[in-house]
Amino acid sequence: MFDHLDLTKLIFGRLTWEAIPYHEPILLATFIAVALGGLALVGALTYFRVWGYLWREWFTSIDHKKIGIMYIVLGLVMLLRGFADALMMRLQQAIAFGDSTGFLPPHHYDQIFTAHGVIMIFFVAMPLVTGLMNFVVPLQIGARDVAFPFLNNFSFWMTASGAALVMMSLFVGEFARTGWLAYPPLSGILYSPDVGVDYYIWSLQIAGIGTLLSGINLIATIVKMRAPGMKLMRMPVFTWTSLCTNILIVAAFPVLTAVLALLSLDRYAGTNFFTNDFGGNPMMYVNLIWIWGHPEVYILILPLFGVFSEVVSTFSRKRLFGYASMVYATLVITILSYLVWLHHFFTMGSGASVNSFFGITTMIISIPTGAKIFNWLFTMYRGRIRFEVPMLWTIGFMITFVIGGMTGVLLAVPPADFVLHNSLFLIAHFHNVIIGGVVFGIFAGITYWFPKAFGYKLDPFWGKCSFWFWLTGFWFAFMPLYVLGLMGVTRRMSHFEDPSLQIWFQIAAFGAFLVALGILCFIIQLVVSFMRRESLRDTTGDPWDARTLEWSTSSPPPAYNFAFTPRVHDNDAWWDMKQRGYVRPQAGFLPIHMPKNTGAGIVLAGLSAALGFALIWQMWALAAIAFVVILVVTIGHTFNYKRDYYIPADQVIRTEADRTRLLASHV
Amino acid sequence: MSDITAPSPLGAAGAPGTPHFYETKEHHVENGTLLGFWLYLMSDCLIFACLFAVYAVQGRSYAAGPSGADLFDLPLVALNTSMLLLSSITYGFAMLEMQRKRLRPTLAWLAVTGLLGAAFIGLELYEFAHLLHEGAGPQRSAFLSSFFTLVGTHGLHVTFGIIWLVTLMVQVSRHGLIAENRRRLMCLSMFWHFLDVVWIGVFTFVYLMGVLP
Repeated sequence: MFDHLDLTKLIFGRLTWEAIPYHEPILLATFIAVALGGLALVGALTYFRVWGYLWREWFTSIDHKKIGIMYIVLGLVMLLRGFADALMMRLQQAIAFGDSTGFLPPHHYDQIFTAHGVIMIFFVAMPLVTGLMNFVVPLQIGARDVAFPFLNNFSFWMTASGAALVMMSLFVGEFARTGWLAYPPLSGILYSPDVGVDYYIWSLQIAGIGTLLSGINLIATIVKMRAPGMKLMRMPVFTWTSLCTNILIVAAFPVLTAVLALLSLDRYAGTNFFTNDFGGNPMMYVNLIWIWGHPEVYILILPLFGVFSEVVSTFSRKRLFGYASMVYATLVITILSYLVWLHHFFTMGSGASVNSFFGITTMIISIPTGAKIFNWLFTMYRGRIRFEVPMLWTIGFMITFVIGGMTGVLLAVPPADFVLHNSLFLIAHFHNVIIGGVVFGIFAGITYWFPKAFGYKLDPFWGKCSFWFWLTGFWFAFMPLYVLGLMGVTRRMSHFEDPSLQIWFQIAAFGAFLVALGILCFIIQLVVSFMRRESLRDTTGDPWDARTLEWSTSSPPPAYNFAFTPRVHDNDAWWDMKQRGYVRPQAGFLPIHMPKNTGAGIVLAGLSAALGFALIWQMWALAAIAFVVILVVTIGHTFNYKRDYYIPADQVIRTEADRTRLLASHV
Repeated sequence: MSDITAPSPLGAAGAPGTPHFYETKEHHVENGTLLGFWLYLMSDCLIFACLFAVYAVQGRSYAAGPSGADLFDLPLVALNTSMLLLSSITYGFAMLEMQRKRLRPTLAWLAVTGLLGAAFIGLELYEFAHLLHEGAGPQRSAFLSSFFTLVGTHGLHVTFGIIWLVTLMVQVSRHGLIAENRRRLMCLSMFWHFLDVVWIGVFTFVYLMGVLP
């Protein structure tokens, strides 16, 4: 038997020099640019000797604030990649008419639209949302960290490992050409024999573990670690929506794990779950993946509904209108999001009664969502509105999202859906709600909490530029797609014959260009704000005159968040404290019990990425080694019982005295 | 900006009638491990729910191959089931000894539990080998794909449970029944009983109903 054992195959699997795409000029140029940029970055980090600092203070940190910031950095970096894909698609569709084939061959174009969807959902929106929740929730509930600080670090690195695998597919091998949900039989081994779908599967499985663990972590945090007096109906709305989102994560991501595992069994072990023969059933995949996929869209949007609630009430200087109805609306959406998955494939042909059921449940979701919109409007009504940048994003959201919601209700009508299914109308609809809701919300949240995280505000001028470019860019980019969709143009096309359509695609490309300016302005905003940080400095800890507990501590907060655990008497706890003459404690500090940093998270996640890479390329030797090492490291980690320490009282006293001086010097 | 946060001459005691806005003592938050672990179990339960649903859809898609009635050896599976159920009872005994803080009996019952689990895995592997030998492997039909996946996933869980059990036995014998170890034993206990419950579902839904015509 060992005569047939091919050592090269055992070590390198399917990986050969052919996997490096040196014959594709676009990829080669990208690779050279990324490699040079990467080398420059590594060189600069080495030159300035910050590796040790990064490792000790960030990579191994179990501080929820730092992990939250790392999530957001990951999301923003991946946004650039995902948006580069979007620009290439818009450009290709604007020029590939008639005799012109554009600049992207179909097999490359198909990878781009798949990568765009996967990256934007899993590695942009998810990290940004998780990052906001990680940073804000413990502060809002008056806790010192999350329930499982080590798992939090591990979750982040698993997400980052998944992102790294997707990025690797750009230069080693290729990515899936199946669309972002990789429907079989197209994603089966017969039609996609190469590594693209395997990259897809393993990057999502690895990132999915991180997402699931972070969901469990935040639920336990919110349930167990709220400050005394903070009853459920006194929680800030952002905490409420985070709780619901994490419940959705725990209740939805296992389904994704299971269905991707079944797909990989079909691909690796020759089973027949989703094949066309031997009793396989491809529609079962479509059902299962949307049982995860529909809750996923609410996982993305619910936290941002929370952000908008915080922003609206802060910048209207009013208590949120209809707090209880907001909470109940969130809960109703949480439950209903499980009862609508079939509207993604009305055309499967389940029959009139099944389609009607799912059509009606889909329309019902618009009721609690509409209630939320009215709550925000009534909060603004007779409020003292300040049009700071977060508020601009919020108003842009309300206008844009309502349109997207209405086209969603149109699509929920099964007969209309039969006409519009897989058309550009659908593309316009979900970008309308995802950009208008999730992306605008993330920018609102980043601008709102940035001073809390870094101690200085973001420059408002460049923020406003970014907002206006994004808003107008969005409308230019996606309104033409509604028109095209109604004319019957389907999605995922790399070439068109009918020249009368071209003008719409050119308008859409112009919109994408405007969005690019919006992103550029955001980057400029970060740089300019950093340069001007002294004049933008937030010395009070409460730069917006806000209402919830995170604003009661300093900006940036000390490692322990609160020297004394706050006691809550009302909704909008910090506002209540300010109204009733709260005086900041200045004596009687105690040592504070905190968890210790650990490198186990980044090590385990790195090993998981190695395991994923080995499985993608079928390097069985490496896979076996990586698996055994993961097991050993995990067990080894459980033998470490000393995971916490005390911040000595002197240090707390020093930190708090510094803040006292800072507050006194700026009154 | 908000001058309210600035230190005021009133001092830390605050004005009379002002409620306490912070805890002056160290605030102990409840440990969330058991809740967190329970949430993990529920997420795992959903993975099994998916596999059960897949089996429900494809459990009769034989593709002209063998059916459950042709393949399943109920006496063997009954023996297998009894091993796992017994192991749950012995784990319960281990937990009772843990409550009494008796180290050696705890370890002894844990060892018995592990052996019963290993016997379960052994019998399952024997059954799988037998099926493969008969040409009824997971590639043969959608029914067999979903059968092997559901039962195999459960088996993998039990295998990891045994590895965890051995690890915990080492840790308990090294550090004794300290609070951390008791908490870990509680988690493994939930995991072990959870796998038992899932197996009862597998036994009923796959084996007993599978042999029905």
